[in-house]
Formats: sequence, C-alpha cells, structure tokens
Amino acid sequence: MLADKDRIFKNLYGLHDWGLKGARARGSWDGTKAILARGRDAIIEDVKASGLRGRGGAGFPTGLKWSFMPKKPDGRPHYLVINADESEPGTCKDREIMRHDPHLLVEGCLIAGFAMGANTGYIYVRGEFIRERERLQAAIDQAYEAKLLGKGNVHGWDFDLYVHHGAGAYICGEETALLESLEGKKGQPRLKPPFPANVGLYGCPTTVNNVESVAVVPDILRRGAAWFAGIGRANNTGTKLFCISGHVEKPCNVEEAMGIPLRELLEKHAGGVRGGWDNLLAVIPGGSSMPLVPAGADQADTLLMDFDGCRDKKSALGTAAVIVMDKSTDIIRAMARISYFYKHESCGQCTPCREGMGWMWRVLTRMAEGRAQKREIDMLMQVTQQIEGHTICAFGDGAAWPVQGLLRHFRPEIERRIDEYTRNADAQGARDPIPVAAE
Amino acid sequence: MTKLIVDGKEIDVPPEYTLLQACEAAGAEIPRFCFHERLSIAGNCRMCLIEVVGLPKPQASCAVGVRDLMPNKDGSPKVLNTKTPMVKKAREGVMEFLLINHPLDCPICDQAGECDLQDQSMAYGVDASRYAENKRAVEDKYIGPLVKTVMTRCIHCTRCIRFSTEVAGVPELGAIGRGEDMEITTYLEHAMTSELQSNVIDLCPVGALTSKPYAFTARPWELGKTQSIDVMDAVGSAIRIDTRGREVMRILPRTNDEVNEEWISDKTRHVVDGLRTQRLDQPYVRMNGRLAPATWKEAFAVIANRLRPVDGAKVGAIAGDLAGAEEMYALKDLMGRLGSANIDARQDGAAIDPAWGRASYLFNATIAGIEQADALLIIGSNPRREAAVLNARIRKRWRQGNFPIALIGEKADLTYSYDYLGAGAETLAGLSSSKFAETLKSAERPLILVGAGALARPDGAAILSLAAKAARDLGAVKDGWNGFSVLHSAASRVAALDLGLTPGKGGKTAAQMAQGGVDVLFLLGADEIEVKDGPFVVYIGTHGDRGAHRADVILPGAAYPEKSAIYVNTEGRVQLANRAAFPPGDAREDWAILRALSDQLGCTLPYDSLNALRQLMFAAHPHLARIDQIAAGDAADLGKLAQNLGSIGGNADKAPLRSGVTDFYFTNPIARASAIMAECSALAHAVHKTAAE
Repeated sequence: MLADKDRIFKNLYGLHDWGLKGARARGSWDGTKAILARGRDAIIEDVKASGLRGRGGAGFPTGLKWSFMPKKPDGRPHYLVINADESEPGTCKDREIMRHDPHLLVEGCLIAGFAMGANTGYIYVRGEFIRERERLQAAIDQAYEAKLLGKGNVHGWDFDLYVHHGAGAYICGEETALLESLEGKKGQPRLKPPFPANVGLYGCPTTVNNVESVAVVPDILRRGAAWFAGIGRANNTGTKLFCISGHVEKPCNVEEAMGIPLRELLEKHAGGVRGGWDNLLAVIPGGSSMPLVPAGADQADTLLMDFDGCRDKKSALGTAAVIVMDKSTDIIRAMARISYFYKHESCGQCTPCREGMGWMWRVLTRMAEGRAQKREIDMLMQVTQQIEGHTICAFGDGAAWPVQGLLRHFRPEIERRIDEYTRNADAQGARDPIPVAAE
Repeated sequence: MTKLIVDGKEIDVPPEYTLLQACEAAGAEIPRFCFHERLSIAGNCRMCLIEVVGLPKPQASCAVGVRDLMPNKDGSPKVLNTKTPMVKKAREGVMEFLLINHPLDCPICDQAGECDLQDQSMAYGVDASRYAENKRAVEDKYIGPLVKTVMTRCIHCTRCIRFSTEVAGVPELGAIGRGEDMEITTYLEHAMTSELQSNVIDLCPVGALTSKPYAFTARPWELGKTQSIDVMDAVGSAIRIDTRGREVMRILPRTNDEVNEEWISDKTRHVVDGLRTQRLDQPYVRMNGRLAPATWKEAFAVIANRLRPVDGAKVGAIAGDLAGAEEMYALKDLMGRLGSANIDARQDGAAIDPAWGRASYLFNATIAGIEQADALLIIGSNPRREAAVLNARIRKRWRQGNFPIALIGEKADLTYSYDYLGAGAETLAGLSSSKFAETLKSAERPLILVGAGALARPDGAAILSLAAKAARDLGAVKDGWNGFSVLHSAASRVAALDLGLTPGKGGKTAAQMAQGGVDVLFLLGADEIEVKDGPFVVYIGTHGDRGAHRADVILPGAAYPEKSAIYVNTEGRVQLANRAAFPPGDAREDWAILRALSDQLGCTLPYDSLNALRQLMFAAHPHLARIDQIAAGDAADLGKLAQNLGSIGGNADKAPLRSGVTDFYFTNPIARASAIMAECSALAHAVHKTAAE
C-alpha cells in the first residue's frame, strides 16, 4: 500500500484549500524556477528515467513523447495541449485533479511547456465539466496574479495557459479529434501520419498529454526520477489514480502504487466487492473501452493493476477506471449498453466504426434477450475483428474490445440465454421467431 | 527515389508518392471510394487497405506517404502486399460494412452500371448478407434542381463535401450528425449556388447524388458515347456526349488536364434539354409577315431572287458564338465570292482585331499556366460567370497560397479573395502608381486577365491597349512567359479571328450591318445581336431564338453535338468536336447549307465534302490542322499594341468595366431554350414563384 509520504495528490478529496496558498503549503510551485534551470533536455531525461507512462489510456511513455517535439524551432510556435476531455465511462480522476488540486496541473503545464519549447498551452475541458472548468480557470487566474504564468513571469519562461471548453463529445478525447475541435472544426480524428508532434494544432508541433500525466511531473522532478521509478514494478512505475466504481461497498477514487493486486485495491480502499470477493462476476480494469476480466483464480484473483499486469489477462489498464460487477449483473445487457454508448459516440467518419457500432449494438441487444442464433456469436466476433485495427483512430478498437471480452469469457451465458429464449418461443406464441433477412 | 517491393515486384517511386500511387505504379489495383486525385485525402472509406510488412495493422494506402514509412532496420526496401489474405479479409470486412446499410435498389438506381460500389462488390462482396437488422433509412435532401439525392444510398465518402469546399469554393455541403446518423446536407436544404455543383454527380461513387434532369431516362449500357468539345463558353471543356438512338441523353466531362481537368460547368452538362426544344427542323420563309414552312428548294429560290439585284457591297454576314471553324470559313468564302467585305463575328462589338497579332486576343498564359502564375490582375471580367471551369483553376492556384489577386471592374463573389482596385479605365490607366503594381512587378510570372466584356464597348480598343501597356510595363510579358490573357466568352471567337472574320477593306462591322448598313444579311447562328428593320435576313441556325424571329428566311442548321467541327478555345487551342447525333428533321450541317446555297447563287464553293473543305482551310490556316495544340501568339505584337496606345484606341471613357455575361445560364440560344437553365437562372436570381391563392 502506498505510503502517505509518497502521495502526489494530497488534496484528492478536497479536504484542504484548493487555491494557491493551499497548493503551496502542499509543496506546489516550490523551486519551479530551479527545475526549469536544469534545461529542456535534463527535464525530458528525468521524465524518461522516471518511467512515467501516459495516464490517458494508451500508456505511451511521456518523456519519449516529449522528445518527439522538434528540438530547433523552425519558425512555427510549439503548443502544449492538455486533454481534460475525460469522458470514458467509469473514469473520474482528472475531474478530481481539476477541482481539488488544479495547481498541480497548472505547474505541470508550465514545466511541460518549457520542456517542449511551447509558450502556449491549451487545456481542453470536457463540456460537461462546468464547475471543474471554473475552478481550473480560477487557479490559472491565481497563477497569473502571482506572476507564476504569463509573459515575464518569475520563472523566466513566458507561458500562457488557456482553458477551452468542449461541447461534450467522447471522440474529442482522441488527441487529433481534440485538436480539430480546438481549431473550431467538427471533432473528427485526423489521419496519422503526420503526427501532432510534427503537424498538430494549427499545423504546428503539438504534444497532447493527459491531465494526470502532466500533473505528476512537478513532483517527479522535485523528488527525483528514482523516487517515482521506485514505486510499482519495472516498466509500470509510479503512483496512479484508480477510480473504483460499481458493485463495491465504497466506490472511490484513490491514489495507489502501480501493480497493486486488484483484490487488495478493492478490499483496502473500496470496502471490497458487494457480498464478498466470491460474489465477483467480472471487472473492467481500465474504463469501458477495455475488455472485462472475469472472476477466477487465473483471472481477476491474480490481476495486477498495471499496464503489463492487465495485458497478461488480455485486457488493458486504460485509465485505471475499475468497474466492478458482481453476480447480480446481467453481463450481456451491460455490454450491450456499453455498445450503445460507442454507437452513439462514433464520429461517423470512417466506415468500419460508423457501420459496425450499430451492428454490434443491435446484435447484442437481441442477445441480451436471447433472441439470436448461436451462429451469430461467431459472426459478432468476426464483426468486432473487422472493426478492430481498420479504423482511423483507436475508437474502433476501444469499442470492439469490450464485446470481444464478453464473447471470450461469457459465451456459455449467451448460449444459455438463446436456448432459454428458443425453448419459450413457441410456448409464448406471441414472440416472434428469430428474424432472418430475406435473401 | 525510394525502393519498394509491391507484390514481389521491385519499384522505385518518388518519396512524395502515397502508397496508393506507389502500388498503382507497380501495376496493382487498389479499390477506393473516398480517395480522389483532385481532392484532399480523407482516408475514411478504408477500402484501400494494404499490408505493409512490419506493421501489425493494415494501412490506408491513400493516406500514408512513401516517406512516412520507417525504413527497415537492415536497409532493405519496404514490402507492400495488396493481394494477401489479410488485405482481402480487411477489404471484405469494409465492403460488408458499406453494404449492410446500403439499399439493394440497384434495379431502380440511376447509378447502376457505372457504380463504384457495384463494381467493387463484385470483387470484395459476398453473395448473402449476415446483417439481420433493419437497414438505415435517411431522408432525401433538396440540394437544388440539378442534383437528385437518395441519401439512403450514401456511403459517407465526403467527396461531395470536399469538392464543394475545395474546388467549387462554396462550402455549402457538409455532414451533420454523428456516427451512423451522419447525413450529408446543405444544412438548411437550400440549393447549392455553385456553377460547378453538378460535378458531385460524377464524384459520388454510389447513387446518392445523381443527375435530376437525367433521372430514369436511360441506362449507361444502352448509350452511345462520343468524345467531343463543349461550346457553352470559350474554355472548350472536353466532354463525352451520351446518345441513345438519335437523341442526346446526357453530357459528361472527360479528363483534359490542360483545359478542364475533369470538371465541367452546370451549363455544359445540363443544357441537353435545350437541344430538343425550340429546334428549327425545316426551312421557313416569311410570307405576308409570317414565317411559313418551306422546302429547301423554295427557301434557296427566295434567297437567290432577293440577292440577284443587290450589289455585293450591300450584302453582309455575321457569325454567331457557337459556329465551328468550317462553316465560318465557308461563310467567309461565300461572302468573298459575292463581292462583299461585310463580315464579322464580333456580335458584342469587342475591339479585337487579328491585324494586331494573335497574341492580342489569346489567353496567352494558357489555362494550365494559371498554376504557374504568381500574381493575377483581373480586368473587367467575372471568370466565375464567363468560364466557371477556368475560375476553378484560378481558385486552385489561389488555395496553394502566395497568389495575390486584384480586380478592376465589377465586385463579385469569385470564390477567392482579391484586392479591389477600382471600377473603370482610369484605375487601369493609373495602375502603375498603385500598390498592386509593385506586387505584379515583383512577381515572376504575373498574369493579366482581360475579360471580353472590357473590350466589348466603344472604347474597347483603348482598354485593350491600356491592358497591353500594363502587361508590358509590369513585366507580364517576358522570355518564357506571356501573362497577357484575354478571356473570351464565345466558343467561336478565336477561330473567327484566326480565320479573319472581321470586316475587310471598306467592310461594315456587325453593329453597322445590324443597324441597316446592308440590304441582305446572313446570320450564321448569330442571336446575340438585334437587327433593325430593313435588311433581308437569312438565318442559318438551330433554335427559334432572336435571330430566327427576325429572319426572312430560316435555314435549319446543326447544333454542336450534331456536327463535326473545329473549335479554337480562348487559349488558341485547336480542338475537334465530334458528331454524336444527327440534326433533327430537314436540318443540315451548316457548311453543307452554305455549299448548297452557293450553288443556287451561282458562285459554287469548291468543296463537296467536309474533308475537302478542311483541306482548303488547313492550307490557308495551317495551325488549325494541329488538333489539341496551341499556336502561340507573338509577344512582340503586344509591345506594338502598347506603344500605339492612342493611335489605335483613342481615349478610354469613364464608364465602369462590366462582365460580358450577365446571366450565366442564358448565354446562348441552346441554353435559353433549356427549361433547366431557366430554372437555375430563376433560382440564382432569387425569383420565387408562388401559386396563386
């Protein structure tokens, strides 16, 4: 369990002052100038050495990402963009940072901006986050007032930070769609390459980082890369905010060391699974776009909550939004609902996602009732594979994976339901037989 | 150059190629829906997926550049596969997705037979659907009188959006909604306002956007296809005329990168119904003030009787805007034999004269040359109305950036931004002291575009020499670049000037003839000029338009799809239009009418076939034999023109410069006969008809 002294988010629950005074008391803005004085390369090397991986879902090493920014300016400005469009169902970590510890983020933005040669930063806040945006803006205003930000600030690196309010679309959390939206266009992902580090916001070099990734940077640099790297496992270092929701006694957000076993995480912080550990049906370890991990000795029982640990169970850590489902859950309906979410949020740009989402949702809805053919289970699997990897952005993958997880682990349940429906189909009479399109 | 191995074949391609181009260079066929050479890359249909060995996912070949490929660690060339099972499976998956919500209504779809989706589904589709749900239905949208929508068929390739935004320059089409609810629309369901809007019909890979006037009239496989040249403006766009039996069913663009790329204007495409209505299909003779049907023999006899007592100097001829070179040559020949110098093709009175050299009336920079230009001055022209396709070329250059444009004349929405310098000739005369003159001077290849409207006025010669002076002084004419460019709006104009259809010694101009300066006047399809009472008018033409109403004798001729003729476009490019159909009824090809008439008049023209006529014409004007080529004008003539300012032109007056085309949809008799053009014109001028209550 993470020692209190190792916590980065000391005001995660909003018990203390969120403002500049409180943040300073907790160590923020301490020696920032000295950190910047180390120079760009040293900061990037430190972040690399800390082993920090992006907290937004994909887990790309943050230091490496920063190093992709052009070293020598070619006349174009560099931009730092913070992805605060936290829309993944189950995830609620960035909003806590923004409303209770915004100065961690603001300071991180300054340092990250310095490290990549950006004088301007944008924070793209999810449309539904009204109060969070106000709090964040207030924190930025405080920082400006204290000459911590802006032109001619005390740190010697001109840096302007703007908060931009999204309009509430999940896809705008995809980094290139976010850039499109920030430019005032329809939020549709761009083709990559070119990557944002070369051609990003307004055609200029841009790095898009998650709120949590940037917010932990000041502490890493203050306390040393070795400290951060010493927490967790190799390649999965540091602390992480876990958002525990669903069928646990006390759903909560908690900062924990990476690699903590799932069971320990749930029982120490969330009061355990409702009805005891044996009542667990399945858990989604990383937000709704990741495959579920069912209960079982070689599955959820031994799941280590970090990038590699989740990958071993054919899932992914994602945003570390742990959604717990106990045995009262209708797992097929749950996945059908997630599918509906993705059908609703697909941007409609490219074919597999646009057409496939609706197909998956409709088949799953029927399967939830049992109104399907058994051969459609394999067909659905093929449909998910036809979507996966064939789309412009990772949205298609993220929508296909939960369905794949369901089919991989709960096929017997689907078949049972189909059997049950078929058995009762004639008896009830009124129910339609299974529909098949006329050829 | 980068080495690649495509399907086992090693090729060397430039690094700026996309993978799709590289694969095609290696001879591999890549299916695509959203990709189009002349539009930006969307990469959204996912049909062009290929395998790049070393990458886990298939790649959209249209969107990945050769230079984007990370080189192999050992330096060996990258291997691309377009036929592996992985690629086939990926494409089949995409095709299945495209088809699940696409209606199977090919039997009632106009696109059937020339549908990309239909064709590709033969290669990547399966025979049965696995999709048991209800198909999506989308409401059809109104986007104008020319483009019919069946939006259920849309596969969201966004070609139409990209075309209207990028090429046409009117961002009126867009997508609303998200995911499977995404719909293509003009937002408020108003008509598109572009003169190029119908090109979305060709761009649409499925039957979502089809031609409204052509709806349900023919199937592509029952049409005869003839390659020809458009005469609606002086650009000479390459077209394909599709006929069924004797009837022209539709007109489509052909690719000609030198002229129209692959776009044509709405007028070019939808003028088809004008070829059927108001046609003159037999000779008429005016008796007791009324036109009465007659036979050819009777009509010729009336002309011969009327002409016999008249002195040659009192006979005149005016050639119209749609006339081919052959009939104009024959007309001039005939006038010469009748002893008349009264011949003119400049109905608008444009002050252009072949005597000033060919460079003085050509679009010397050439249309493709617009893309090389680096500054543009437009004088008295509205290229969007006068030559919509050429305007798209200007816009294309403008979108590439670093292309300052200025305009002298009428303010208008040209689909690109420009500096407005002034309205009239004094602005032109004082150009050298303006700020834009510096821009032109510092440009390497400045282009000076002079509209026909600027020359078609009493002081036209002064305007022309002022423009020539500006071109000389501002460095538009130099070694390897002649930026002085006249944009004509009549298809016949350049050929007429090449053939010398201007008044000979002591001859009268078109205006003088129309004012009653002659006793007998031949109008060869000349409908843009009003002939006063007095002259005996012989009208040779196709439509019951202004010329036919004034005529005393009507001799029915052939419209442009009904004859083989040479046209010279505004650049001076000689192009051959082919015959796709036959003239209606007793109508005949115009050169043959003139030949037959000459026989009756006792001065027989010495050719019995079109080929014989062409032999003589080519002997007199050798450059006309060089089809698809431009005989460049001599830039030195422009210098002379500029120097002789005053002696040629006199002084320019203060009237503002105007475009010669006021209504894009009504520029010639064929367009005026078309109900569709009338509807478009009414829409463009916001004339809304409401039913009486």
